[in-house]
Amino acid sequence: MKRQKILVNASMWLLGLFAVAPLLWMVSVSLMQPGEAAHFPPPLLPAHPTLQNYVILFATTDMARFFLNSLILATLASVISTSFNVMAGYAFAKLEFRGRDALFRWLLAALVIPAQVAMIPLFLLCKELGLVNSYAGVLVPSIATVFGIFLVRQYALAIPDELLEAARIDGAGEWRIFRSIALPALTPILVTLATFAFLASWSDFLWPLIILNDTDMQTLPVALANLAREHVQDIELMMAGAVITLAPVLLLFLMVQRYYLSGLLAGSIKG
Amino acid sequence: MKRNAAAWMLAAPALFALGLFFFLPIAAALLLSFTDFDLYALADLGNLRFVGLGNYLTLLRTPLFGKALGNTIEFVVIGVPLSIATSLGAALMINSRLARFKPLFRTIFFAPVVTTIVAVAVIWRYLFNTQFGLINWALGLIGLGPVNWLGDPHWAMPAIVIFAVWKNFGYNMIILLAGLQAIPDELYEAARIDGAGPAAQFRHVTMPALAPVMLVVSILTMAAYFQLFAEPYVMTQGGPVQSTTSILYLMFTQGFEFWNLGYATAVAFVLFAILFALTLVQLRLSRRWSDR
Repeated sequence: MKRQKILVNASMWLLGLFAVAPLLWMVSVSLMQPGEAAHFPPPLLPAHPTLQNYVILFATTDMARFFLNSLILATLASVISTSFNVMAGYAFAKLEFRGRDALFRWLLAALVIPAQVAMIPLFLLCKELGLVNSYAGVLVPSIATVFGIFLVRQYALAIPDELLEAARIDGAGEWRIFRSIALPALTPILVTLATFAFLASWSDFLWPLIILNDTDMQTLPVALANLAREHVQDIELMMAGAVITLAPVLLLFLMVQRYYLSGLLAGSIKG
Repeated sequence: MKRNAAAWMLAAPALFALGLFFFLPIAAALLLSFTDFDLYALADLGNLRFVGLGNYLTLLRTPLFGKALGNTIEFVVIGVPLSIATSLGAALMINSRLARFKPLFRTIFFAPVVTTIVAVAVIWRYLFNTQFGLINWALGLIGLGPVNWLGDPHWAMPAIVIFAVWKNFGYNMIILLAGLQAIPDELYEAARIDGAGPAAQFRHVTMPALAPVMLVVSILTMAAYFQLFAEPYVMTQGGPVQSTTSILYLMFTQGFEFWNLGYATAVAFVLFAILFALTLVQLRLSRRWSDR
């Protein structure tokens, strides 16, 4: 029993080290003097910690602009998709309309289709609409998501019908019922969904890479990938860029961890 | 009647957006893949020609497509079992009564999942550095290496697999952990009374109970791994000698560097066909499972 306990805990520390070491190394290198990391044996900690790389990064690149682009886009994507998805998800769960169940089955079937299949025609459509190189163009694929509608519907099914009926008898309109009964009941799943959407938008790479070719408009991942191709030798500078990109999402995750993980489980049981 | 109208008002915005920006492009993609849409057609639609299955036939004759398909399959075949084994190991540890600091480790194991893939790919590119990388340094301590991870065609894909395992194992861990916690204690109790040790309990209680979850997790992970793109884009640019060019990497370069959009759409449809087949397999298997 004692040996088993040591074994379990030792492997857990080992796997934990594997998971966290790259992130710790990133922070440490971002604080080193330029050129310091390119030595053998590789230094684990900065000899004289400095914020110089961050200063250089913001002074010589448009990092502040990229950060703002990412922040605005992720916030908009989060707000827009959560609003659209919650309205549709509630309607599919609690309101009767013709063709509802057939429509929902078609939506679920569409989950199989990888988004990349739509990307080339979507690019041409955006070109026609004049959305290339615009925030709107980046946002277009994330306005509503099948997964989000599905998640809200699952959650909304649990709202008791009697509650809604009672409100109808009292003369409340459908919009009022949605706002004052459904929305409060759905708040936990909204937090989850908003977080998912924020993180997905913040980390998205392929679509922004395609739709944005203007340097000014670029999001952090696109800008970072470009910088990484130009500045192969500047390890310390690139790690500072990685810290700037990762810090917001890691902080967000730590804050809403519970919602995030329970939402992940609800979404994975598709039945 | 009023309720019907209200329902449509609520559902319409999302359905309209999905129709215009997802379903319409999908239908257009199918048509596009039968044309020679390229830079000339982009300038003037009059240059567009219908080529039937031409793009798909060209794919079959292009060695690079076979290579990209092979590379992607290599990534899936090595990466998926390795990822799931790591996830299962992590889930078992977190579920173990002997383990300490479980909430902390659960957070640590999951953290790579929420990271931005481009940023962590940049980190790992340096960790894999032949001269100054932490990985070769650690291998040197136990007398191995140095390995030219990202510069050697034999090692580049394994390097990307290691990175993908690190990035993703926390996700399936959470799902498997929920599966483990759903196994009733009485089953283990009964097995213990029958004299089963930890290994026998794992084989005869844990694995059978976890099998349906494992199936879903495997198929979903395979589907996700077939969509390999950002890792080779940042870490290897599809090289060395195209050893990490994936299906989507090929689609991106053909579509948005050479502007062969018809051809690139055909590439995307091959990916779609693979994922569709995977889903059919999953449905068939899980139906057989529930029949039992």
